[in-house]
Amino acid sequence: MHTYIIRRLLYAIPILIGVNLITTLLFFYVNTPDDMARQILGDKNVTAESVENWKREHGYDLPLFINNSEEGLSKITQTVFAEKCAPLLWFDFGRSDRNNIDIGSQIRTRMWPSLAIAVPTFIVAIFVNLIFAMILAYVRGTYLDVWGVIFCVSMMSISSLFFIISGQFVLGKMLKLFPISGFDTGIYGIKFVILPIVIGIIASIGGSARFYRIVFLEEIGKDYIRTARAKGLSEGKVLFKHGLKNAMIPILTNVVVALPFLFYGSLIMENFFAIPGLGSFTIDAIQSQDFAIVRSMVYLGSILYIIGLILTDISYTLVDPRIRLK
Amino acid sequence: MPVVLSTDLIMYLLVLMVVYMAVLVRRDGYIKDAWRTIRSRKLAMISLLILLTFGAIALADSIRWRDAVTDEDGSISHATDGSVIYDMRPLTLLDRALSELRTNTEKTFSAPLATHQFTKEMMTRADGSTGRDYPPLKYPGTHLLGTGKVGNDVLFTALKSIRTGIIIGAGTTIIIIPFAIFFGVMAGFYGGLIDDAIQYIYTTLSSIPDILLIVAFMLLFGNKGFQGGLVNQADTLLNFFVLNDRLFWLCFIMGITSWTGLCRLLRGETLKLREMEYIQASKAFGVSKSRLIVRHIVPNVMHLVLITMVLQFSGLVLAEAVLSYIGIGVGVEIASWGNMINTARMELSREPVVWWNLLGAFIFMFALVLPANIFGDAARDALDPKLRTK
Repeated sequence: MHTYIIRRLLYAIPILIGVNLITTLLFFYVNTPDDMARQILGDKNVTAESVENWKREHGYDLPLFINNSEEGLSKITQTVFAEKCAPLLWFDFGRSDRNNIDIGSQIRTRMWPSLAIAVPTFIVAIFVNLIFAMILAYVRGTYLDVWGVIFCVSMMSISSLFFIISGQFVLGKMLKLFPISGFDTGIYGIKFVILPIVIGIIASIGGSARFYRIVFLEEIGKDYIRTARAKGLSEGKVLFKHGLKNAMIPILTNVVVALPFLFYGSLIMENFFAIPGLGSFTIDAIQSQDFAIVRSMVYLGSILYIIGLILTDISYTLVDPRIRLK
Repeated sequence: MPVVLSTDLIMYLLVLMVVYMAVLVRRDGYIKDAWRTIRSRKLAMISLLILLTFGAIALADSIRWRDAVTDEDGSISHATDGSVIYDMRPLTLLDRALSELRTNTEKTFSAPLATHQFTKEMMTRADGSTGRDYPPLKYPGTHLLGTGKVGNDVLFTALKSIRTGIIIGAGTTIIIIPFAIFFGVMAGFYGGLIDDAIQYIYTTLSSIPDILLIVAFMLLFGNKGFQGGLVNQADTLLNFFVLNDRLFWLCFIMGITSWTGLCRLLRGETLKLREMEYIQASKAFGVSKSRLIVRHIVPNVMHLVLITMVLQFSGLVLAEAVLSYIGIGVGVEIASWGNMINTARMELSREPVVWWNLLGAFIFMFALVLPANIFGDAARDALDPKLRTK
């Protein structure tokens, strides 16, 4: 088990280097530092001198991968890749291109609002969907089940943007139940986070509930359920006690991989509700074309994804002792 | 003067695939059986009918040509060297068929089927007095879904968006199918170092957050080339083919983010097939490896490709809306439901509310994605029931 986790972590290193290489190529090779300087300084009145100055100030005046003007080891270390991208490997995010803010400290402060929205949405959505799916599995084969599935598929066919826009409009603007957008810390923040959480849960209902229902139905068809029924257990006990436990395996794998991304927040949701989390941080960086921030967020996202995969494997062994990781 | 975009080619390819499937349904035993299962489900058949209608509209919107510019007296104008001058803006078959909807524009907003404009203006009334009032529309009662900010017919915009939706939903998968088959089958068949290398590539690609990869790519490639309106002579090949099409790049990069799932699926299936008796038998007969792959493995994984294509369709259509909202989608000049929702967001904060752009996008998107979901499920169940929980 421990050796397995260590091996997986070691395997993550080449992947993270690969991610780093791809983003470096994307951001520097095609969009050269000269272009970046011009975009940031503004297209008008840009002299070659001011572009050079900007590049020197931000450390983009070095060659991309190999510096031929240097000797020995600094041939590799005195490059954009080594100076700007490789430090990401040890979580040194550097400063943003546009306002020269410390990206690392931004990430540390902005992850809390993201968590304040994402964690409650995640937990409540799982409960709501599990209960909904179990009810559908309980009434399987009846008209209620058919209409429940049709409802799920219909919910899946609606863009999340509709849920956000109409939720904001109906609950925020017409009924005035919640403020339309904004954020506050502490106890005052509660009224701001309820609306995004509610909308997030509603938007998740279709796909997850339908998936959980299929998992339940598959579990119900197995022999041990028949044995439990033959023992004379009530249908509710069969379903909720025996079925649920075993159905948790596929459900867990589906859920755990998303766990690390709770830090990351939801890009769209945070942008709509003006929540100062990591999601809106990323969107703002995209819209102002601040590549230092976008690069850091790409890297952070990749780390979280890899952590998610490892957590998934570990959770397998926790819920199903038959699985041994080698 | 015909104009063919690279995304038009995708559309033609899609039509060819549908025709090919229709031929297979009559001949091939396996597809025939699957078709019989699908046909017995009434909802799936209705969905297919709706999808085909949408497809026909999208096809009509993908056949385009440029008209010659005419002088005021109606004769064709010529350049100084005697060649005919063509309009920069190609019109599609759909534009021409619905030219009334296209050209009957109003000045600004008007509600569905309204006879008067939505906003007040200084005007002279029938009795001669002047004041602020709602002016009558030029074409009262003809705009089924009202008109937008610049007076465009919302129904027409929504109809034009169908092509965008279908290209993104289906074209994205079409572009990456060859890569996914090549890498997936190679990894599964040869194993060892090749397998490790390919697995490394797709794990790396899939660990980059999709939306950020798309953003980076579109910021770099999206703003050059054809954006949807005018065709620049510089962008054309042989005077009619436009390769550098923003929509094409969007499909391409969305494909890159979604091919890993298909690749992994194909690898697993090939691993399984490699050990089957019929493959072992062919090996014993001395069939070459390349022939083994082309003749015996690839045809037997095609159903997975087909299933992935229908199942990915709806998700991709929905993703377009989100991307357009962030501003890295199809661009403002191409009609799309994402753009409609994006403008609707501002319109909802007006007083009184302008709601018909949102409604139009909602109805059309729902009408495409719901049948796609229903048909996708039916097709998966018919082709490979074991895939249900994946």
